[in-house]
Amino acid sequence: MEIDIRLPIGFMFSLLGLLLLIFGLTTEADPELYKRSLEINVNLWSGLLMLIFGGLMLFFGLRAKRSKTK
Amino acid sequence: MDSAFSLGWIDYTIMGVYFVFVLGIGWALKRHMKSSADFLTGGKSIPAWITGLAFISTNLGALEVMGMAASGAKYGMITTHFYWIGAIPAMIFLGLFMMPFYYGSKARSVPEYLKLRFDEKTRGFNAVSFAVMTIFASGISMYAMAMLMETLLGWNFTLSIFISAMIVLIYTYLGGLKSAIYNEVLQFFLIVIGFLPLVFLGLLSIGGWEGLKIQLAEVATSHGYAAGAWTETWRPVANASDNPMGVEWFGVVMGLGFVLSFGYWCTNFLVVQRAMAAGSMSAARKTPLIGALPKMFIPFLVIVPGMIAIALTSNPDSGFALPLKGDSYDYDKVIPMMLGHYFPTGVLGLGLTALMASFMSGMAGNVTAFNTVWTYDIYQSYINPEKSDKHYLWMGQMATVFGILVSIGAAYMAKLFNNVMDFLQLIFAFINAPLFATFLLGMFWRRTTGHGAFFGLLSGTTAAAIHHGLTQPAGATSLIKGGWLGTVVHTYPSEMAQNFWTAIFAFTTCFVFTIIISLLTKQIKTKEELTGLVYSLTPRIKDESKHWYQRPQVLAIVVGIIAIILSILFW
Repeated sequence: MEIDIRLPIGFMFSLLGLLLLIFGLTTEADPELYKRSLEINVNLWSGLLMLIFGGLMLFFGLRAKRSKTK
Repeated sequence: MDSAFSLGWIDYTIMGVYFVFVLGIGWALKRHMKSSADFLTGGKSIPAWITGLAFISTNLGALEVMGMAASGAKYGMITTHFYWIGAIPAMIFLGLFMMPFYYGSKARSVPEYLKLRFDEKTRGFNAVSFAVMTIFASGISMYAMAMLMETLLGWNFTLSIFISAMIVLIYTYLGGLKSAIYNEVLQFFLIVIGFLPLVFLGLLSIGGWEGLKIQLAEVATSHGYAAGAWTETWRPVANASDNPMGVEWFGVVMGLGFVLSFGYWCTNFLVVQRAMAAGSMSAARKTPLIGALPKMFIPFLVIVPGMIAIALTSNPDSGFALPLKGDSYDYDKVIPMMLGHYFPTGVLGLGLTALMASFMSGMAGNVTAFNTVWTYDIYQSYINPEKSDKHYLWMGQMATVFGILVSIGAAYMAKLFNNVMDFLQLIFAFINAPLFATFLLGMFWRRTTGHGAFFGLLSGTTAAAIHHGLTQPAGATSLIKGGWLGTVVHTYPSEMAQNFWTAIFAFTTCFVFTIIISLLTKQIKTKEELTGLVYSLTPRIKDESKHWYQRPQVLAIVVGIIAIILSILFW
């Protein structure tokens, strides 16, 4: 395989996750925004979930890459 | 409920990041596209988990997502029959029994398999109908997306068409099938992560599954059904009159679970192409089985939001109501309405991006299947054979451009004449319904002849058309729904029931006629020619998996058991 799809997936989800996480943190004090999502800061939690998923993808992708170059 | 969404910078940023990655994947694969096989068949080098996810993702187009959510609202939990009985058994069968012939025959497409197994005319019939069908499917996908963006976000219809067509064109032109497959995997994860918060928030607001059951019991009883009609799967289909879909268990099991499902999952090149791109026989066989694992849980992601939507709509205090369309609800709006109801800016962009991603991958899947069939089964076979591989690579790329241009035309045609699209889809349903009988006989009965297959298929399609012409669903108003032969012999409780029975008639007719004509005609294919294409003439394959638990059979059993458990849990 020429490119390991786990790496772009990992990068994309980490990036989007980080973006949403930071957005969630900065809008934490805005109750109006989260009224529709039942007072849950859904940006923050989704961001965190995506960051973890992206991180895992990157971890496995990079580990496979390292073992291949050895 | 706000009718149009207002998106913030964060939403546009999320969309932008996604598009950059989509195009980037195509760009990164560009330098590996050296032969027509790299471009059109993915070079047969992709691991099973990727082809497995692409296998279900290509079917998880936005029309599917929105359609299943709509069906969840309209009919409730019995919609899961399209998954647990209407997909899983067929996927297991494809992986265990059919993939060895597809992959082992070295055919590059499903029509090419038909050529090897039967003859030129059977291939030609399948190739041409498939090519036309994919172009229209891609056009409809584009049309639906542009319409949605127009109503939700106020985007210009033509601009939406142009941008989505350009993005799909660029990444499929650059990276071919592999690019489409990789992007399908990306899209799969995006849909899951984008929709999870929706299901979570929806269930939370309604009091969990138990709360949903209580609310839907009211919906069911107010329509005159038993309390569980919206939340159970098998109990309501004991009789057609017990469920809003108007189907009974025999139609579900035979029509949907057997004929339609096996016909789609086992013979449609759109999905089979993903498995054929796998790196080894073992990976190819595991592709549908790995895909089946997440497939079983997709109902919770797409059907449950529809059920929540109808429960909320029936409760005047919820602050949510589906819009009306004529005298019933506009069920197709379930997903966008729910996204708008629960998602604040931020995740709203994520949800919309997931929806757009699935529209585009729906298009890309059709385009990559089209260019393969066009190049190998039509252009190389009938128009310009015996050219260099470079020439066919070029033709594959041209077919990608051409295919997208024609589907743009189809999108505008859908906008202008809605009936034309309904009519075309009906014709394709007639052509597809008997197909599985041909494959079943071709793969497991060596006596099946080319004439038998071809005329069997024609008879099946004719039977479908006649059945449709003589029957009608209750309350039909136009001839496109049936009864166009003048006399109506039978009225089905619903369109769905009519579809299931059309399929049953088409399959049975094709099956019987193929056998009769095969027995009356001479088998011109020699034993050598049929080796690897027919069950009895193919040596049993030994799976090359290292451990026993990695074998396709073991995976198939696990998948089967989970599907049975799910069915019992929601009986």
